[in-house]
Amino acid sequence: MRITIKQTDFDMIYEHALKESPDEACGLIAGEDREDGVREISRVYILENIDHTNEHFTIDPKEQLAAIKDMRACGLKPLGNWHSHPESPSRPSEEDKRLANDSKASYLILSLMEEGKPVLNAFHIESINGEKTVRKEELVIV
Amino acid sequence: MKITVAGEKKEVADGLTVAALIEQENVETPEYVTVSVNEEFIDKEVFDCHVLKEGDEVEFLYFMGGGAR
Repeated sequence: MRITIKQTDFDMIYEHALKESPDEACGLIAGEDREDGVREISRVYILENIDHTNEHFTIDPKEQLAAIKDMRACGLKPLGNWHSHPESPSRPSEEDKRLANDSKASYLILSLMEEGKPVLNAFHIESINGEKTVRKEELVIV
Repeated sequence: MKITVAGEKKEVADGLTVAALIEQENVETPEYVTVSVNEEFIDKEVFDCHVLKEGDEVEFLYFMGGGAR
């Protein structure tokens, strides 16, 4: 699947992740699945990582609920989440895979491992025959 | 009775529990789903006995978390 994210939203995520570093930062993404097959992210939510560590994140469920309601009020579809890896590459960890339980979601991971060179990738994670399979999706900053 | 599930109004049977609604809605990987009713989070332990009422607003939320390792 091809996914688009606005440059301003990318910048917002990056700035927030830098501010939160070394802790992981996280949030949700929303937008629409267009008829041409493109998943367009039109709104990014920055939410609290209630774990406040550099190795784990948990999105505050109360903020998650409020964000979902905001999406609905704005006619947007929940598309998945994003989180940062302050010290590791932009790929799902074993824990990311274990806790990815929505096969319709896109999982965006921003790596801050290399200073000044943020790397953002999107992944589809699905459980097939009891095993989590990961597929990298095409992510375009527009 | 009428309730709202994920923003959509639905007619459901009287006496429906949260657990029965999860099954009825074919919620994917229900063990990882958090449920709120009227913005109050419901403990998983009481999904079987929490009976929904007319006008309830129910949301299913996937636990969103992960780790760097």
